[in-house]
Amino acid sequence: MILSRRARILLFVAMMLGLAVIYVPLLVVVVNSFNSSRTFGWPPSGFTLDWWARTIDNAGMLQALLTSVEAGIGATAVALVLGTMAAFAVQRFKFFGRDTISLLVILPLALPGVVTGIALNNAFRAVLQPFGISLSLFTVIVGHATFCIVIVYNNVLARLRRLGGSLEEASMDLGADVFQTFRFVTFPLIRTALLSGGLLAFALSFDEIIVTTFTAGPGVTTLPIWIFSNLFRPNQAPVINVVAAALVILSVLPVWLATRVGGESAGGRI
Amino acid sequence: MRTATLSRVLYRKPLLRLGSLLSLPLLWLVIAYLGSLAAMFLTAFWTVDAFTGNPVPGFSLGNFGSLFSDPTYLAVAARSLGVAAGVTVIDAIIALPLAFFMAKVASPRAQRFLVAAVLTPLWASYLVKAYAWRVMLGGSGVLDWMIGGGSQSYYGLTATTVTLAYLWLPYMILPVYAGLERIPNSLIEASSDLGASAWRTFRSVILPLLFPAVVAGSIFTFSLTLGDYITVKIVGGKSQLFANVIYDNVVTADNLPFAAAAGLFPVAVP
Repeated sequence: MILSRRARILLFVAMMLGLAVIYVPLLVVVVNSFNSSRTFGWPPSGFTLDWWARTIDNAGMLQALLTSVEAGIGATAVALVLGTMAAFAVQRFKFFGRDTISLLVILPLALPGVVTGIALNNAFRAVLQPFGISLSLFTVIVGHATFCIVIVYNNVLARLRRLGGSLEEASMDLGADVFQTFRFVTFPLIRTALLSGGLLAFALSFDEIIVTTFTAGPGVTTLPIWIFSNLFRPNQAPVINVVAAALVILSVLPVWLATRVGGESAGGRI
Repeated sequence: MRTATLSRVLYRKPLLRLGSLLSLPLLWLVIAYLGSLAAMFLTAFWTVDAFTGNPVPGFSLGNFGSLFSDPTYLAVAARSLGVAAGVTVIDAIIALPLAFFMAKVASPRAQRFLVAAVLTPLWASYLVKAYAWRVMLGGSGVLDWMIGGGSQSYYGLTATTVTLAYLWLPYMILPVYAGLERIPNSLIEASSDLGASAWRTFRSVILPLLFPAVVAGSIFTFSLTLGDYITVKIVGGKSQLFANVIYDNVVTADNLPFAAAAGLFPVAVP
């Protein structure tokens, strides 16, 4: 497209403004975590590492972090198994209702979290409570796994589409059975897709708050829930600032890793 | 020996293979997830016992009746739709030039960098992003410093709209960017060759072709806004949005049937 110099400059400025809108708030959070003022007024009055040092051994935060990691690992494990199975079924077979599966898989992520959360909360209380299972970390994992499946599914599906089936056929022609083919041919080929899907699923679970609110038992506090419950307490502001800054830095990491190890796209969330 | 037999059976019977691949994912998604969704929407027709507060099975349109006749709920619904529309407009204004620059102006190398730059914050924690705006708009925050106000905070409905627009921005950029990528450059060049100015080309060629992508992005921004109750608690001051009605009816009022009826709103509108 032939654009005048002025149009190009205008577009460039608009783009830079857009990127600034995206990044300035995140930068403010990171800068504020080193702000020596207790009220965190802007501009920062001085530089301190005090808040970071104080946050690192905050017991409540560490406990919440541990819970979040446990929930994330549990949900990712379930999502890896179910997402991969569904991806294989959809990519390698033709059957009635195949398109419905893709819709079904994305539904938990597409519907508002508050709807999914209430539905699961209702079901857990009606079905599990009579068996003596109350809301707990287990129910959080079930809830998270439900919307993490699609991430793994998308990653594996895209990989399978690119691979085609000829390598597997060759393996079978050479006498390998179904399991050997999966272990020695298919699995090594989809390993990086699983890794990137797993990382993204973990990131999604780690960050989730709405479904968590409805599926967590009274004693289960994940990191987002802990942040939210301390957000409105002025005396906790230094700790919250540091945790938020750390999360900004940390959240970039799994996504960057996922794209490095050969994920199809970081946009898999959409 | 037994795995070999199993492998042979699986190899000979593709339906069995498909069935075993689909079994677990379908069990999880259909029974656990769709089952709970259906059960929840069924309770929308139930009533609540006035004395015990327990849901009573039955069929009544009372929940929908009070939802549609109570002026408070109608006002909250209208306000939420207004916020959702505002969010969509802000996102479209930021996303269109940004995505256009990414897809049609930037060099392939810059393009890869920009896609990563736009996608990475999509994965930054939701709560941290909302908190970032609480910090920016808070008393003696960045905004207050920029316009030289007297250490006041700027929470309210406008702050909520801006924060939600910030949160859902990547959900608008990605579909629009993908839509622009699909428009062949030859069409744009043909328009220029026929004498159209850049603006005319944008208005008469690109925008009509891009419309479905903008609609796709708007569906995301609408449904995400209507299902959100956390951002408005963080930066909304005393204002309430529709998802707060759902949340409060579950958590505070313990009126699940009414919450289920209200939950149909964010699902049905987009």
